Amino acid sequence: MKRTPFYSMHVALGARMVPFVGWEMPVQYKGLIEEHLATRTACGLFDVSHMGEVFVSGPGAWEQVQRLITNDLGKIGPGKAIYSPMCLPSGGIVDDLITYQFSKDKFLIVVNASNVEKDFNWMKKNFDGVEVENKSDEYAQLAVQGPKALAVMSGITEAKLDGLAPFTFVESKVAGVDAIVSRTGYTGEDGFEIYFNAEKAEPVWNAIMKAGVPHGLMPVGLGARDTLRLESGLMLYGSDMDENTTPLEVPLKWTVSFEKEFIGKKALLEKKTTKKLVGFELVERAVPRHGNEVYVDGKRVGVVTSGTFSPTLKKPIGMCFVPPDHPKEKRIGIRIHEKIVEANITTTRFYRRDAK
Amino acid sequence: MRFTKEHEWVELEGDIATVGITDHAQHQLGDIVSLDLPKVGTKVKQFSEFAMIDSMKASSPIYSPVSGEVEEVNAELGTSPQLVNESAQEKGWMIKVKVSNPKEIEGLMSEEQYKKFCGEKK
Repeated sequence: MKRTPFYSMHVALGARMVPFVGWEMPVQYKGLIEEHLATRTACGLFDVSHMGEVFVSGPGAWEQVQRLITNDLGKIGPGKAIYSPMCLPSGGIVDDLITYQFSKDKFLIVVNASNVEKDFNWMKKNFDGVEVENKSDEYAQLAVQGPKALAVMSGITEAKLDGLAPFTFVESKVAGVDAIVSRTGYTGEDGFEIYFNAEKAEPVWNAIMKAGVPHGLMPVGLGARDTLRLESGLMLYGSDMDENTTPLEVPLKWTVSFEKEFIGKKALLEKKTTKKLVGFELVERAVPRHGNEVYVDGKRVGVVTSGTFSPTLKKPIGMCFVPPDHPKEKRIGIRIHEKIVEANITTTRFYRRDAK
Repeated sequence: MRFTKEHEWVELEGDIATVGITDHAQHQLGDIVSLDLPKVGTKVKQFSEFAMIDSMKASSPIYSPVSGEVEEVNAELGTSPQLVNESAQEKGWMIKVKVSNPKEIEGLMSEEQYKKFCGEKK
């Protein structure tokens, strides 16, 4: 089992450590709901060092990455990042990625922990004439998320974070350590993701904790990371999508640019969708979970991909697959503990911070 | 109060047994957000499942420490399941059972035995 460079800090904080895709990770420190709400109202600190970092460099890198991902690199430029799936020729999603552009010849692609090897091999197979390096083990990654994230980070970096737009990044120093700081995250809140040398894990962690605690910052485990992303309509690879799912079957149409060439384009143009991912809310108190069956008129039609009891909205929510022609107004039934619980179809974006 | 290996507690008064999960169990489960409890009149059997409890992390079955018939259900848990976290062995009780065989309780662990049992499992 792999450990991140923050392992000893988690243990010292009394975190409950669990196995997660080959890593020993903190699932919670004080309590899932408390950590979730701290991120919504103040700030959360997340160790996400299990994520993978793949660097692509050399002449032609732009063209190679452009062909790899479904979204259009033409929308960004140096200093900016873009979210995109990369697909198989079948249109199935290999992974969903954040691609950071340093220059036309240098990119950082951040991949899911569960897919590091698969993605790295996929890129090597499909790239031609550029250098691809898997630097996942050299990098630590922390996320600082929440309405107080800017205040927390501003005190410990020279970077002008105030003017840093969403999905842009700077190379600067955090607590004196060289770091890439990007205004991105996986919680639906404002916040930052910070990439730096794994050997500098402790001083950076300690500086963020020291700067953050007066603002109400708490370390947050994978448990609340999952509920925060679900409330915000952010999908999880392996749960809500996989190689048997295309970006057109989940709410990722906005990340597919048919104006350009990319792997999987032909299939996405030609193939009919066989399912669609929707949000739902149960009409009574129960907790939907990944794998629960979805029924319409007594017939099994789909499956729950993610579910939880929303700590912010205080109701049971989830995402599930239904047939592509399922009308939004028609209730579905979710089989939970041998009972069918009724649910209304909703948007997948249950929570928006603007709405506060 | 007596305890099971599945981390339930039971307290017998006359022929009425009050049943819940232990403080150790609620701590392991984390934030409890939903309970699926039986209706009054349901027959329960010792060591058989009578309810499901959902924490933020997982669903877990709860087994009855005694056999009998459900006399009363803690209705407060329907709207305030967190009572099980806050007070597992008092306010977070789940059902009261009219026991059919009070002797069943004798086979369960004492508090001291249960503490030892939890310690060994760590």
